Amino acid sequence: MSFLALLARNRLALAGLVVMALVVALALVTPLLPLADPDVTDTGNRFLPPFSEGALLGTDHLGRDLLSRLLWGTRLSLAVGFAAAVIAAVLGAAVGIVAGYYGGRVDNLIMRGVDMLMAFPYILLALAIVAALGPGLLNALIAVAAVNIPFFARNIRGITVGIAHKEFVDAAKLAGMGDGRIILSEVLPNVIPVIVIAMSTTVGWMILETAGLSFLGLGSQPPQADLGSMLGEARSALITNPHTSVVPGMMILVIVMAINLLGDGVRDALDPRLRSGALSRPMAATMVRREGPVPQPEGEALLALRELRTEFHVKQRVYRALGGVSLGVRPGECLGIIGESGSGKSVTALSVMGLVASPPGVIAGGAVHYRGEDLVGATYERLRSLRGREIAYIFQDPLATLHPLYTVGDQLAEAIRVHRGVSRGEARSRTLALLRDVRIPNAESRLDSYPHEMSGGMRQRVGIAMALANDPQVIIADEPTTALDVTVQAQILSLLDTLRREKGLAIVFITHDFGVVAQLCDRVAVMYAGRIVEEGPTQAVLETPAHPYTRRLIACVPELGEGKRVLHAIPGLPPAVDALPPGCAFAPRCDKAAEACREGDVALHGGARKVRCLFPETAPETDPETAAEAAQ
Amino acid sequence: MTVALKLEELSKTFAVGKRLFGPPKGRVHAVHPVTLEIASGETLGIVGESGCGKSTLARMLVGLLEPSGGHIEIDGEPLDNADPAVFGKRIQYVFQDPISSLNPRKTIRQIMEVPLKRLHRMDKAQRAARISEIFSQVNLREEFLDRYPHEFSGGQAQRIGIARALAAEARILILDEPVSALDVSVQAQVLNLLADLKARLGLTYLFISHDLAVVEAVSDRVAVLYFGSVVELGRAEEVFAHPRHPYTRLLADSAPVVGRALTAPEGRETELPDPLNPPRGCAFRARCPNAGPRCAGEVPMLDGRSQQAACFHPLHPGA
Repeated sequence: MSFLALLARNRLALAGLVVMALVVALALVTPLLPLADPDVTDTGNRFLPPFSEGALLGTDHLGRDLLSRLLWGTRLSLAVGFAAAVIAAVLGAAVGIVAGYYGGRVDNLIMRGVDMLMAFPYILLALAIVAALGPGLLNALIAVAAVNIPFFARNIRGITVGIAHKEFVDAAKLAGMGDGRIILSEVLPNVIPVIVIAMSTTVGWMILETAGLSFLGLGSQPPQADLGSMLGEARSALITNPHTSVVPGMMILVIVMAINLLGDGVRDALDPRLRSGALSRPMAATMVRREGPVPQPEGEALLALRELRTEFHVKQRVYRALGGVSLGVRPGECLGIIGESGSGKSVTALSVMGLVASPPGVIAGGAVHYRGEDLVGATYERLRSLRGREIAYIFQDPLATLHPLYTVGDQLAEAIRVHRGVSRGEARSRTLALLRDVRIPNAESRLDSYPHEMSGGMRQRVGIAMALANDPQVIIADEPTTALDVTVQAQILSLLDTLRREKGLAIVFITHDFGVVAQLCDRVAVMYAGRIVEEGPTQAVLETPAHPYTRRLIACVPELGEGKRVLHAIPGLPPAVDALPPGCAFAPRCDKAAEACREGDVALHGGARKVRCLFPETAPETDPETAAEAAQ
Repeated sequence: MTVALKLEELSKTFAVGKRLFGPPKGRVHAVHPVTLEIASGETLGIVGESGCGKSTLARMLVGLLEPSGGHIEIDGEPLDNADPAVFGKRIQYVFQDPISSLNPRKTIRQIMEVPLKRLHRMDKAQRAARISEIFSQVNLREEFLDRYPHEFSGGQAQRIGIARALAAEARILILDEPVSALDVSVQAQVLNLLADLKARLGLTYLFISHDLAVVEAVSDRVAVLYFGSVVELGRAEEVFAHPRHPYTRLLADSAPVVGRALTAPEGRETELPDPLNPPRGCAFRARCPNAGPRCAGEVPMLDGRSQQAACFHPLHPGA
């Protein structure tokens, strides 16, 4: 959406913009208007009330026309305020960028200087500057600008530090750019939005500060009018002739109010976090809008997905993340889901317990049956009582899922106490047992550790302990070892395998790694563009893949022990799920694709081994046991 | 065989807990003195787990980090870190995260023009010709040139990153985990492209990765890094098939391989040594099944003929 459209969505900001545009337009055309001279005194006509003959807003203590003085004064105040803001922004940003970019000692020296400047009360500092330079509008402008430099410097420095460590800055150095050029062409363009935001929120404040100095007689000098000096001169007649104070006072109020409303709108429109709608709070469970009949439970699976369709509705577009996924897992079984990013494997996992963020996520069809109960239609209370107690999750990054401010012991105990009313002592001893279950050495002392004090492998063990806390029947693990080193990954995988055998857990294991699937999973489902393209016993699928995508995906993964070789890459990219081709989604990349593949929908067919392909590599009807024997 | 890149006793120490005055609170030896030679046209793979110093090593080689000791030679001449315009033409770097290595506010054309303008002082017509030549080499369409980085997938962005490195016309490329942010099908495309470019342009690669299978598939020789030191160095097909250092064997046994039963190669719960308080002797000794009294007292040096290992009790003593 364009910047203006975003801004206009905020009604108050739009009102601010309209008012400011009017005020600025008035200030610009002031010299052309048929106004009385603002500085000509006429003591005979002093303190004329508003709406008098020849003086629409009345006159002041020297008989000068208030309307004329107001417009000329507004012109001056706006000019000084904007000029001060621009000067403060330019100098402050320059200081901030230099400090942030160079870092180290330069940063330390500059920022301590800025801190000292900030330690003075601003009005005292401004007074000191004006006292040193002498009164006058230009000196007031310098004072206001100087007082606001630290605000910009600190803001911009923070942003610059982040940018200076980005890889594109390193890349620019290697491309032969010097520091000055990098600052101007790499850092500055990324900082400008922040400068604009900071300026839009401080211009009003600077106009107010300039008026303040003029009010004290340190800014504009008589007879020149600005809003502050008008207020100052009217002060002595505040009770007898209030209109002389009200007129400039109202104008200051209108200007500052309009600028602040506009500034807030600009900030909201420019801030990428607000723009993406991240601040709109997701619902407690994924929105359900099922069309068509709801599938009934069948089979003996503990957890079964039937024709599950999850979509993301973003503006006018519909992203079909899951296009009818059917899966089942039995007690004690490990089912692997393998696919590339965007294939829908994580959305599958999150849809089970209604954890897909809504908006934009919508479950548009199908069902999830747990022991025959449909979870998609379940109430939030029901889902909550099942989350963690019956079906638990392990996520990829335990540092992001553990709360940084609580000890791991407290977090585990909380997970237990949410579902069971046990005493603190009992929860603690249960926590200790859990940490021992996941083979954490010195479990006793680890209870009081914070997540950041542990290594990645130890944190993931805590993540697993958290999932096990309430003896769930099903664990859904979404790439739990992807962020770990291989030696740690091997330990975590063997831990999961032992737990599964000891406790009879059903595990749904999501990964992109064939080696992991081969070692851990009994069955595997391969996903592509939101659908399952092949499913079957792990060994059979990996040794004799039936779908061309599975075969070629396996072929393009280098395997340890095969030496230096050319890999068989799959040309092209997976399709975007908001523009899926008709027919088979893999057809555009497939070397076996025929006309029939691009026309109708291809069904997933077969028994224990299923494949969604018209021309499978091996016949899917083959009895899985004989196929496995033949492979051996 | 000519030596393209030579590191001699190259090391890096970071100060931890810097103070305004006085010495820092501690020092971390991120890279212990490393000596390596890479032949012209060779691919040397560097593997190791997180925190082993492989990225620090790579950043020193391209001048993004000042080494604490030792020196670097390219084609027999010492590397001069002072002028980026000089070393940029001799050695280039391909980043791990393809998207964040491209400035989000510049078009691809602006990004591609920088090295041509700064390093080679080309005029506008020369730049346009050179860019279309490079883009055809990396299989990118020229219509991409006027788009912004966020419009590209990871694989396309990594091709652009490679194209930028090629624009400098350096003979040596440091590839720092160039495919670990990519999906497997795209990963294979990029690895094949790199192999193709190397053959056509006669490049020399230093290929850094944590993925043993990827390193084995692309490298001529492999160096295994542990805790800032090279612990094993040898031919790619030998290092993982017949490791001499116990750490290399642990790595090879930990990699998940289709058709191998799941076992935890390390029974004991072990954590990496603390960099602020490094152990005496061999850094791997606490995790090592063969550790003896000598390992606690002395730091082992690389030793051996075709396949060197820094171990007092190597697994294949004769190699």
